Amino acid sequence: MRKPEEDIEVDLVCEAIYQRYGFDFRHYARSSLRRRLSRQVHDEGLSSLSALQERVLRDEACMERLLLTLSINVTSMFRDPAFYKALRTEVAPLLRTYPDVRVWIAGCSTGEEVYSTAIVLKEEGLYEKSRIYATDMNEVVLERARRAIYPLDQMRAYTEGYQRSGAKASFSTYYQASHDHAVFDRRLGERVVFSRHNLATDASFNEFQLILCRNVMIYFDRDLQSRAVGLFRDSLCTFGVLGLGKNESLRFSPHATAFEPLVGDQKLYRRLA
Amino acid sequence: MAAAECALVVVGASLGGVRALRHVLPALPAAFPIPVAIVLHRHPRSGEIVTRQLQEHTALTVTEADDKQPIEAGVFLAPADYHLLVEPGWFSLSLDPPEGYARPSVDVLFESAAATYGPRVVGVVLTGANQDGAEGTRHIRERGGRVIAQDPATADARQMPEAAIAAGADLALPLAGIGAHLFELAAGALR
Repeated sequence: MRKPEEDIEVDLVCEAIYQRYGFDFRHYARSSLRRRLSRQVHDEGLSSLSALQERVLRDEACMERLLLTLSINVTSMFRDPAFYKALRTEVAPLLRTYPDVRVWIAGCSTGEEVYSTAIVLKEEGLYEKSRIYATDMNEVVLERARRAIYPLDQMRAYTEGYQRSGAKASFSTYYQASHDHAVFDRRLGERVVFSRHNLATDASFNEFQLILCRNVMIYFDRDLQSRAVGLFRDSLCTFGVLGLGKNESLRFSPHATAFEPLVGDQKLYRRLA
Repeated sequence: MAAAECALVVVGASLGGVRALRHVLPALPAAFPIPVAIVLHRHPRSGEIVTRQLQEHTALTVTEADDKQPIEAGVFLAPADYHLLVEPGWFSLSLDPPEGYARPSVDVLFESAAATYGPRVVGVVLTGANQDGAEGTRHIRERGGRVIAQDPATADARQMPEAAIAAGADLALPLAGIGAHLFELAAGALR
């Protein structure tokens, strides 16, 4: 069967971006990618993917906009409180056995999960001996993550998530309201290093006791997911823990046998020897 | 031209959807070979209860779809608060913004199914008090697939099937008729 034109156009846009800018979206899950590219076609006032390809090739500002569309992943603080509860009850005791703890939050987007994790580590008495490496491919979202300023109207939902995660304090002690924003305590960022890293093209850069990559690989195809999981395996110490999103699984990965479930229904996995 | 062999059934349902599915799913025997993917609008925090409710009414295994889940025989339900999309041979999930206030969105499932499986998709639009599924119906029809809408007169909420019919659904059937129609898609393989 011949490929539909739209599929060819998606291939060509990805190829243009890769050759011109080095960002590799060629192994992103097609259906999500197609939708995001179509949205950009619409937002740019264009009529086809081919027109987008032409513009993005010559216009760096267009690439910056497109990079946001393609790489911003919706995130929030304490999404799935049960996951953070399991971090406290199942993972924290393991982390306490190490003299110092390195955490990698891969695909951190605008940082909400980074600060959620920092709060958990702090309340579990682990923060002072931890270093969190928070990475994303997109410098713009990293800058937002560094600022740690979020819309005030989100705080009610975040507070509820925090409380259901096994809270040990009051959520409002972690931020100050300023106009319609919540400015988070700078101390939560003291042990966080934000830096650029692309799961599609970059290599491992350290050894970690805990890696969180939640709802990031859902945008990858199976090959790219396999690359990323392989990278996580190579970056975890033996018995290090990998945390995924609620409906992600290693069951379908060729690397499945390198891990065992730590807390089955919470998508926490332990790297085997 | 003979209708293309069906590779995937995609179903959208909203208000009254669980009740409607309880009348459709029992028509499918345990050996029904065509994967069935369902988007049911529900509360973002509703957990496994819907999976259990549906499981009580079908001989097929009902699974809340995980990302990268292979598309194979069985019933796959979109997880709460995620879009469910179709890729060649597997499902993917997304947290992209709601479409028309809905995540999961019927349109997102239908569009991606149409783009991936073209004429081999059969869509089913059940009861619902919104327009989700209409855009998706257009996509499935454009790619040569077929769409069945629940007869609006039999629906708890008629807007969703009505919108699908206005968008070009091929057939409007009562729930019993939809079950029988789906059974017939695989009748050759089941005899």
